[in-house]
Amino acid sequence: MNSNIAEIRLGTASCGIASGAGAVLEKLQAMAGSFAITEVGCVGCCYAEPLAEVITKDGQSIFYGNLTADEKCLNNILELSEAGRFVEPEARRAKTLPKVLKLAGRINPVSLEAYQAVGGYQALAKAQEMAPEAIVNAIKASGLRGRGGGGFPTGMKWGFLAAKDSPEKIIICNADEGDPGAFMDRSLMESVPHQVLEGMLIAAAATGATKLFIYCRAEYPMAIKNLKIAIEQINANKLNIVKGRELEIIIKEGAGAFVCGEETALIASLEGQRGTPRFRPPFPTDSGYHQLPTMINNVETFGNVAIIIAEGAEAYAQVGTENSKGTKIFALAGDLKYPGLVEVPMGITLREIVFEIGGADPANVKAVQTGGPSGGCIPVEQFDTPVDYDSLRSLGAIMGSGGMIVIGKNRCMVETARYFLDFTRRESCGKCTFCRVGTTRMFETLERITRGEGTLEDIDFLETLGNQVRKGSLCGLGQTAPNPVLATLRYFKNEYLDHVEKHTCTALECNALVQVKLDQSKCVKCKLCIKSCPVGAIGDDFVIDKDKCTRCNSCIELCPKKAISRHPNA
Amino acid sequence: MEKIKACLTAIAPEPGNLIRGLQAIQTSEGYVSDDAIRLAAEYFKVAPAEVEGVLSFYAQFKRVKPGRFTIAVCDGTACHIKGSPLIMEWLSDALKIRPGETDKDGNFTIEKVSCLGCCSLAPVMAVNGTVYGKLDRKKVVRILKEYQNK
Repeated sequence: MNSNIAEIRLGTASCGIASGAGAVLEKLQAMAGSFAITEVGCVGCCYAEPLAEVITKDGQSIFYGNLTADEKCLNNILELSEAGRFVEPEARRAKTLPKVLKLAGRINPVSLEAYQAVGGYQALAKAQEMAPEAIVNAIKASGLRGRGGGGFPTGMKWGFLAAKDSPEKIIICNADEGDPGAFMDRSLMESVPHQVLEGMLIAAAATGATKLFIYCRAEYPMAIKNLKIAIEQINANKLNIVKGRELEIIIKEGAGAFVCGEETALIASLEGQRGTPRFRPPFPTDSGYHQLPTMINNVETFGNVAIIIAEGAEAYAQVGTENSKGTKIFALAGDLKYPGLVEVPMGITLREIVFEIGGADPANVKAVQTGGPSGGCIPVEQFDTPVDYDSLRSLGAIMGSGGMIVIGKNRCMVETARYFLDFTRRESCGKCTFCRVGTTRMFETLERITRGEGTLEDIDFLETLGNQVRKGSLCGLGQTAPNPVLATLRYFKNEYLDHVEKHTCTALECNALVQVKLDQSKCVKCKLCIKSCPVGAIGDDFVIDKDKCTRCNSCIELCPKKAISRHPNA
Repeated sequence: MEKIKACLTAIAPEPGNLIRGLQAIQTSEGYVSDDAIRLAAEYFKVAPAEVEGVLSFYAQFKRVKPGRFTIAVCDGTACHIKGSPLIMEWLSDALKIRPGETDKDGNFTIEKVSCLGCCSLAPVMAVNGTVYGKLDRKKVVRILKEYQNK
């Protein structure tokens, strides 16, 4: 082993483990002997996982990426060789601004000492000395807005709770990250659980809260595990004594319901009931968990708090746009080269995020979907829009919690809208008729269009019904459910018209409008396709039976000569 | 039955803990049976219909016994546009069952899940919690074979 190595850090958050970091850790530990490997969270470069960072004795940091549990590969690390090094692309490094994520992947997530060694809990100590109003004012002055998607000014919410005269007050951290395609909160909880908890404790100092809940989705076992350990450490070190009050911090596991991201539904679920939202007012700060004054903030919002208190509201507000301050974390995924987590200053353009940071191919990008099933797609022509709460809303999309999916040219927008409506229709709690029945009718209409059986009236119907669902629903789920359809209708109506009038799917995605053909001139008769076909649609003459074929793509993926491909239906 | 009772008595019998109790039962049994509903209703002093109501509301809860291996195919946005419907179809064809079903030998259950949070590795699936990423046809066939031989 190279004698210049001071520390080896290996990312073992969920995505690292999914890429094989577990086996790498075992092997690396065996090879390194008594030298301890530090397990850290996620640095956000998911595309290069498993990822190890070596800190040398002279303070250099060297990354090794795409590791395998193979001796030769891991020897590169232990010998500090040039081979196998991973360097974050310059544009990605230059355009991102890790503040909330600064410590993610740099420290052992479940070590209180490690967090304190880099300044952790100093903001809490500062808050302990501050008057509660001063803390609330600092958060107000920072311009922080809720990172869960709504964008409500955080300081105002804190002020509402602080003003309540009640012996018991509740703070809930909303960690029910249900947007398919978003994983910022998971990463924060896994990588820097103490930072989230510090934010919650500061909120308690500011508002006089007595009980803190974290409502985390059960699909995130590692986040729950790390938070539990962190809470034990907090209790053991009496950090939970805020302004003389001993606070109880409780983790509750969600059970898989998207609607529970909505405040009042979340509270119902926390009380052990079906998670159905109720009419507001009363707002939770007036009457929430068991009728007590309750305030709910998102994980990432809490992740910002310690930074604001530590560096001061003014310094914090230097970053961002007039109405959207600070940074935002996005989970970049889809059709791009460098998927992963990126933290960027508010006001950066979509173009910078998608092409410069994400490394997407400009020739192959059609749109980007923000805000998951509640958001909308933004076409490539609008990519110079700055990313902030208000600009995105004006385009018919929303900031959302931070999922950002890049949609390539080979994806069908009608199918994408159908997919989102399938999700919301299943997740609708059923309370409001427009949401329950309306989303289902919209879904069925979209199904018809993707099968090539739609009519022009169907397109008008989608628009009318979409606006009715928006108006006729009680909570955010129903109010935003039509967004993916309305946004695609706004920017990609031509694709709807192609399906309806020409019965074609230009992206070749909708199975009913596509047929699979084998190009005999390229075929080498290896028979891999015949063997792989689950329905026996390919005959010995290498002709694909259109009626039997289910367009499952098995043969297309396996053909060594790329002789098989999808074509518009004749 | 005794195991289910043990799951429940570890938790305070307040109605607010109903979801936690059901989660504990499912962790131990793999699903929530009719008997378990009855026991939970008695324990938390709520109507069995209310327990059933909570169970059917949340996607996490299962009412039928799953197979030895549960394959959860992620259908989050990133996975969906990277071809998760095809993966589901391949598994469905190979195992001759539809999403939500268990094969007749009780070995495999396949289900569609919303998001496993590993979007950058899309498309992904998890077998009994172990996540496999960047899937293609070859990988899916290989992983399935691996578990079929277990």
